[in-house]
Amino acid sequence: MNGEKALIIHQLHKTYAGDVIALKQVDLEVEKGDFFALLGPNGAGKSTLIGILSSLVNKTSGQVHVFGHDIDKHPAAVRKMIGLVPQEFNFNVFESVANIVMTSAGYHGIKRSVAAERTERYLKLLDLWDKRSAAARTLSGGMKRRLMIARALVHEPGLLILDEPTAGVDIEIRRSMWDFLRKLNEEEGKTIILTTHYLEEAESLCRNVAVINHGEIIEQGSVARLLSRAMTQTFVFDIEQPAKATGHQALGDGIQLKFMDDQLEAEIPTGVPLDSVLDFLRKENIQVNSMRAKSNRLETFFLQLVDQD
Amino acid sequence: MLALNLTAFRTIVRKEIRRFMRIWVQTITPPAINALLYLVIFGGLIGSRISEMGGVSYLTFIMPGIIMMGIIMNSYANVSSSFFSGKFQRSIEEMLVSPVSNLTILLGFITGGVCRGLLVGFIVAVVALGFTQTVPAHPLITLLVATMASVVFSLGGLINAVLARSFDDISIIPNFVLTPLTYLGGIFFSIELLSGFWQAIAKLNPILYMINGFRFGILGSSDIPLLHTFVVLLLFILFLGSIAMRMLSTGKGIKG
Ligand SMILES: Nc1ncnc2c1ncn2[C@@H]1O[C@H](COP(=O)(O)OP(=O)(O)O)[C@@H](O)[C@H]1O
Ligand SMILES: [Mg+2]
Repeated sequence: MNGEKALIIHQLHKTYAGDVIALKQVDLEVEKGDFFALLGPNGAGKSTLIGILSSLVNKTSGQVHVFGHDIDKHPAAVRKMIGLVPQEFNFNVFESVANIVMTSAGYHGIKRSVAAERTERYLKLLDLWDKRSAAARTLSGGMKRRLMIARALVHEPGLLILDEPTAGVDIEIRRSMWDFLRKLNEEEGKTIILTTHYLEEAESLCRNVAVINHGEIIEQGSVARLLSRAMTQTFVFDIEQPAKATGHQALGDGIQLKFMDDQLEAEIPTGVPLDSVLDFLRKENIQVNSMRAKSNRLETFFLQLVDQD
Repeated sequence: MLALNLTAFRTIVRKEIRRFMRIWVQTITPPAINALLYLVIFGGLIGSRISEMGGVSYLTFIMPGIIMMGIIMNSYANVSSSFFSGKFQRSIEEMLVSPVSNLTILLGFITGGVCRGLLVGFIVAVVALGFTQTVPAHPLITLLVATMASVVFSLGGLINAVLARSFDDISIIPNFVLTPLTYLGGIFFSIELLSGFWQAIAKLNPILYMINGFRFGILGSSDIPLLHTFVVLLLFILFLGSIAMRMLSTGKGIKG
């Protein structure tokens, strides 16, 4: 990775007709070669964000750069770089599978002979070659989704965007799609962004994640770091006199202490008992006046995601 | 986004032709049967009791207008239903996410509409040959008027589809505007039959200019100076074309 950004979003804002605010001043960066999840519940603004990236939704304000190209100044260059697999099926169901892929290649300016070769390659890759002459409406749900992936890859974009690719798909198909995407990212270095409301999907597939809720990015970073933060509880102790120690201190078992003037914050991984913190306080002769648990908004958020299913 | 993408243009035209050929029973046969009925009933049965109109037999007189009606209705129907069903099925998004310019999209759909319009016009003309053996007096003018009229109504169909929210919305204009205007546009009569006042009203109808221009191409005579036909056609193409381009560039009806 040379540090070039696949995507830079700056202060992106979207208000739909009827004053529905779907995105609030969103900032987001995705590295080239990354496998990135946009995680959030229904109505969070994921599809709106994807829509703006792929020219299906007009933004209200803000800037978007894809591989260095400004979406306002060079829309055609940006569209060449992006392959979109939308949330809803959006092909002509009366067309044949091969024609749908060929036509999309044609829209991208790819000559017919080249388009025919690539159509064969990608339909085979997605296990749809036998179905090439079938009308799209005769395909199963999983095949339709794969058809949209083949269509999104035919112009060989640097950035593949999938909007809830596995929503409502059964577990087996979901796993095989995961394998396919993982290979595409690892072996071909394709940058992939997917939106999902399954925490598990982000966890098992993606390196980095942005968490979106009510149109705002509330957290972004590596999936591992995010999970550990979500799985941590913070307790605040009000203490009698300032402790001798300052700054941060690790206590083992992943417990982190943070000293402030008359407060001590203890971050404790979910499931680890408080005992060692209490032992520490006793040993250091720190008098505690009161104690409370700090609410963890990531944990609250994830519980909300899980509730949804 | 004014650039013209040739490969993409060809792709759109090919897709449009494939669409109306796939459903040829719905797109090609009804206009041919319609024309046949008009020629049999108005031309053959009733026409034989009418002496002459515009210096030719009644059947011959109405033939160009019957062809033109097929061209107008089918150009309109092709673009309005193709574009609207693209909106409805969201397959229009395939174009919006690709680097195709709006001009290319517009020209692609219009060319598709012209192909269907002219194909239907040709088939109706062949049917008409069974009734009246007329060879176009001015083949190039005939083709030019037909093509330009087809462009006008293809543009109209596209604008209609952009504004439409349901399939009903794309049948309102053909049923309540195009059909009456076509009937009043001098297919079946020469406006010289009308009194001065009604003639002036009839001349407000743009379709009158197209039918008469087309009749001039085929029969060599017209109620309207040929130049007027071309001016009306050109103005409509420019006017509707700029509205359609504007709609595509703002994403009206197709973008969130
Ligand atoms: N075309 C639209 N017009 C008005 N509001 C919309 C439109 N599309 C989405 N919204 C609203 O914007 C918000 C975000 O929606 P969306 O981006 O689809 O979320 P997600 O994909 O995360 O489920 C929701 O409140 C939704 O109702
Ligand atoms: Mg969505």
